[in-house]
Amino acid sequence: MSTPLQKTAIAAAQAVNDLMRKGAVAVEPAPAAPAATPAMDVATDAPAMRKRSRVLIPALLVLAAGSLVLFGGKGGLISDFQYLQLSLILVYAIAVLGLNMLTGFNGQISLGHGAFFALGAYTAAVMIEHYNLNYLATLPAAAVFCFIAGYLFGLPALRLEGHYLALATFALATAVPQILKYKHIEGLTGGVQGINLIKPEAPFKLALSSDQWMYLVVLAMAALMFWLARNLLDSRPGRAIMAIRDQPLAALTMGINTAHYKATTFGISALFVGIAGALHAIIFEYVSPDSYAFSLSVAILVGAVVGGIASLPGALIGGAFVQVIDKYADAATKQLTAMVHLPIDLEPWTIYGILLITLVYVMPSGVAGGLAQLKAKWKRR
Amino acid sequence: MEQLLQQIASGLASGAIYACVALALVMIFTATEHLNFAQGEMAMFSTYLCWQLLQWGLGFWTALAIAAGLSFIIGVLIERIILRPLQGASALSVVVVFIGLLAIFHSMAGAIWSHTIKTFPSPFPEVAFAGSGIIGAHQIGMVAVTILMLSALFAFFRFTTLGLAMRAAAQNPTSARLVGVNVDWMLALGWGLAAAIGAVAGAMVAPVVYLEPNMMSSILLYGFAGALVGGISSPGGAVFGGFLVGVLENLVAYFGNLTEKMFGVYIIGNGEKLSVALIIVITILTLKPAGLFGHVITKRV
Amino acid sequence: MPIANVSRRGLSLGALGAVLGFALAAGPALAQKKYDEGATDTEIKIGQTMPYSGNASAYGKIGQTEVAVFKMINDQGGINGRKINFISLDDGYSPPKTVEMTRKLVEEDKVLFMFNQLGTPPNSAIHKYMNAKKVPQLFVATGASKWGNPKEFPWTMGWQPDYATEGAIYAKHILSTVKDAKIAVLMQNDDYGKDYYNGFKAGLGKDNEKLIVQFSTYEVTDPTVDSQMIQLKNSGANVFFNITTPKFAAQAIKKAAEIGWKPTHYLNNVSASFGAVFVPAGVEQSQGIITALYQKDVTDTQWEKSPDFVAWKEFMAKYMPNADLKDQNHAYGYEVASTLMQVLKQCGDDLTRENIMKQAASLKDYETPMLLPGIKINTSATNFYPIQSVRLARVKGNTVELFGEIMSSNN
Repeated sequence: MSTPLQKTAIAAAQAVNDLMRKGAVAVEPAPAAPAATPAMDVATDAPAMRKRSRVLIPALLVLAAGSLVLFGGKGGLISDFQYLQLSLILVYAIAVLGLNMLTGFNGQISLGHGAFFALGAYTAAVMIEHYNLNYLATLPAAAVFCFIAGYLFGLPALRLEGHYLALATFALATAVPQILKYKHIEGLTGGVQGINLIKPEAPFKLALSSDQWMYLVVLAMAALMFWLARNLLDSRPGRAIMAIRDQPLAALTMGINTAHYKATTFGISALFVGIAGALHAIIFEYVSPDSYAFSLSVAILVGAVVGGIASLPGALIGGAFVQVIDKYADAATKQLTAMVHLPIDLEPWTIYGILLITLVYVMPSGVAGGLAQLKAKWKRR
Repeated sequence: MEQLLQQIASGLASGAIYACVALALVMIFTATEHLNFAQGEMAMFSTYLCWQLLQWGLGFWTALAIAAGLSFIIGVLIERIILRPLQGASALSVVVVFIGLLAIFHSMAGAIWSHTIKTFPSPFPEVAFAGSGIIGAHQIGMVAVTILMLSALFAFFRFTTLGLAMRAAAQNPTSARLVGVNVDWMLALGWGLAAAIGAVAGAMVAPVVYLEPNMMSSILLYGFAGALVGGISSPGGAVFGGFLVGVLENLVAYFGNLTEKMFGVYIIGNGEKLSVALIIVITILTLKPAGLFGHVITKRV
Repeated sequence: MPIANVSRRGLSLGALGAVLGFALAAGPALAQKKYDEGATDTEIKIGQTMPYSGNASAYGKIGQTEVAVFKMINDQGGINGRKINFISLDDGYSPPKTVEMTRKLVEEDKVLFMFNQLGTPPNSAIHKYMNAKKVPQLFVATGASKWGNPKEFPWTMGWQPDYATEGAIYAKHILSTVKDAKIAVLMQNDDYGKDYYNGFKAGLGKDNEKLIVQFSTYEVTDPTVDSQMIQLKNSGANVFFNITTPKFAAQAIKKAAEIGWKPTHYLNNVSASFGAVFVPAGVEQSQGIITALYQKDVTDTQWEKSPDFVAWKEFMAKYMPNADLKDQNHAYGYEVASTLMQVLKQCGDDLTRENIMKQAASLKDYETPMLLPGIKINTSATNFYPIQSVRLARVKGNTVELFGEIMSSNN
């Protein structure tokens, strides 16, 4: 008799394997996976896939950088506001990627990654405000802090699985805004008022606006983080991480130190999200407990699922989704209200909810997975 | 000392709220192996349905029965129309669908019934009795209804064929199908029952916290914690867990306040009571991963 | 400072363009008409962010009401012949979203100014930006005291009485009327609660701070405040200062009655509503509660026949037929929008950002519909608090009875 947990694990593994076969993800099959799982089928063409993906993301990023060079400079074709939008897409993409490392590649569920986002943001803000640190120097600090916090939080994850882990992370997301207001650290965090920062200007008297400069910084960070993620997943520890997802018991018997890897993965995942949070705080020049409500954790999770779990390009798509969806829901609601005369005043969340369900319905393996499937279908023809 | 008693009683009263929600969560989990994040919002929506019926002049229990019936139908429809096509999807995709449902129910309730808080009548008579300063009549009624619901559920799962079939369908669909259980409909039935329980829970909660679209969003976390600490597969455990969380939370605040009064140092207080209660819950879970009353699942490779 | 440079250049170019365009079109009248971006001969473009989604969406009604008011104004021919183009976007009460949407409105849609954005955290997040950009952040929908600081932030102005002043007024009243006061405070643990509490403590003065025998907080995520109410009662306090939002206010009033606690009860203005608090909590239990008011409660029967109220109801019936008439937010939005109309009327054809602030800072004894009799809006170059006075009132029967003088902060 297979247990419910195993069932979900196997279902998830199969979905991922399907994805891999379609070329959306270029990961090597888990070495510990027994021959019975479909993972073995892809073994032969995995290297080719990997090559393609290795080109794909850098290419995307070069393109993004190119857009800056082409239209750059003050008074360029892209406005400061659009640079802000692009930066935010990348920031959320880093966060989604972080969650993806945990959920997609290690099979653990987290509803609380907004907490690490907040931790990263506050680390940056506090260091800039109270220790006069350069904003760039706060990024590694945020990374270290979040890794430690994530690792420590991940330790109970050694014992908690599935829904219990979901609760623990849910609790974390709810507790963080309260902890930020805790009386004895108010001097540091600014309590309910938060901290106002100063927007960084472009250095070396570069002819760039602050938004353009921050975009470059974020772009560089995003490229670095995606590159790191790729290489990590490609390494021996990376394969162990995925083995734990696909066959936890088998991985254990193969001699993988499951507990250690799980906690480390949690730490790495938190590190990614923390860096995203720090960038977010620097871009917005402001942190406050209200900025990191539970809805942020939900947004990151939704981004990961909609983009495509266990997919690096999916993280980019997810980031874009997180960034644009609210505006779309708001605008669509207003249009609908203007077009049709309804007996009630619609609210944006209705459209948002319908959209989420439709997306999952149409593309159960995320947009990245969905696109890959389309492509595969096209090729076969 | 009197305050301590009052705090425990008030914790039991809140605990009854959490227990109701935990019960509904356990219901869906038993039937479908999913934790329904939209459970709270569905219950809130059902409560609005009940409120509307009351506005139209129906009696309390009639209105509640109709609202529970309507909720049952809504629950079944959600399972058949929205979740059925996603049977093969990953657990995470289902979570996203739940988030979508949550958003829809929340916003629709606001759009239809507005955001101003509404009074919801208590079905229990306001009588003065010994100790009514410590715990109100409604609170006692709420605890009674929760226990009643729990016993009914217990009997249903234990002694009826339908209940047995539902459990079988959830735990081992393949074998259940082989012995002739209509597994598909069992899942839908589970959703319906959970929605109906949610309606009752909502009607018990609303007189205390007032009816508004946010009514359940914070309670869900408590219910969730209660369900898990008691053991997600055990209705009795869930109810116990709900009470435990309610009392624990009040005690944290009480002793925090007491230490502040006695030693003049603020360590923990009302601001941190939820966090501390959750830490305790999670600690219990790390020590006893299946919850206090859950079965340990033996894994086989 | 590149940003300032860009904006200044953009501004002057825009103004130049407007002037040139206008010179071709209208010739002689040129002298009086001045525009910044967002204003033309036919249109005034105004921006706003509101929590239309999420847990604070109850306040979205304010934005919807303002949209409706401007629609009514446009139907009546607009302001000085110009139609109002009001763009109100959702920020979900999330400060980063507010920054983003505000920047969109200012930089992309090029609104003339931002109007009545909701919430202290969201407004705090854009405070510096608006002042650096020199775009008015007008009549923000929050009662924090930091909005009235023309020296440091000349482009930001509040509207409603600030929480701190109101808190101080209660403190003064307690000191002068209650003997041997032992005060218990229940406070929502956020910026709004803290503002009230700090003002209250300032009003008591350092020496009297020890009168506060119990101070309990709650989080907006708490299901009930029952546990806090038990703490407060057991402190033996005879005065209760209740700093809560409507749902929790109603819970607190009800719980106090349930546990048999009958202190002199002061309730903050935020929750002084029959429809949203006293009726749900039980009118009987609410008797004697003292609060400070500046606007007419839409659910208080004593105003039913006042012309303002009748006009408001007619407006609601025509432009917001689906709305809940018990919701005070509809009256609030109506009042703030009316104040803005007054400012725009005063501006005449000089629709520059500077003049908007100048006119907003020169309101003299202006009475918005739905303000309480005797309460007037006054602003000056040094006074950026449009409504400064409140009247104390006590719940009596099915209505609130105003008593005493019009009170305002003396500082």
